[in-house]
Amino acid sequence: MLKNAKVVVIGDRDGIPGPAIEECVRSAGAEVVFSSTECFV
Amino acid sequence: MDLENQRRVKELSEKYGAENMVIVLGAAESEAAGLAAETVTAGDPTYAGPLTGVSLGLRVYHICEDEMKAEIAEQVYEDQVSMMEMVLDVDSIKKEMSAIRSEYCKF
Repeated sequence: MLKNAKVVVIGDRDGIPGPAIEECVRSAGAEVVFSSTECFV
Repeated sequence: MDLENQRRVKELSEKYGAENMVIVLGAAESEAAGLAAETVTAGDPTYAGPLTGVSLGLRVYHICEDEMKAEIAEQVYEDQVSMMEMVLDVDSIKKEMSAIRSEYCKF
């Protein structure tokens, strides 16, 4: 599913932050087209 | 989901085609994960952002779900996620995400 997919990453400062998710999905062959880390506080 | 992120999701879905997109979340709680998942599938449930009334039906997963873990290099997942995974209520997140997908996901 991730291979060659256009991935939007919505991380969470109190959960898994955007850059960590980016590393993961790139390792699966995805293209990250947007990444952000939300903060709910 | 914050309004700027909604705007980007909408724009990118138009640019690349909704069927080619996957949204990956890192929310700390199942409720937040569910709200974000609902926003990119059924539309913004808070009626505040650009995705209000826009049902994109995108594929959306939390990074800690088995479908994601199966495709990610094991060592990268271990380094980047596993520490936080231990403090999240992953079962509750999985349940919430799966319910939203089965109701609203189009792909």
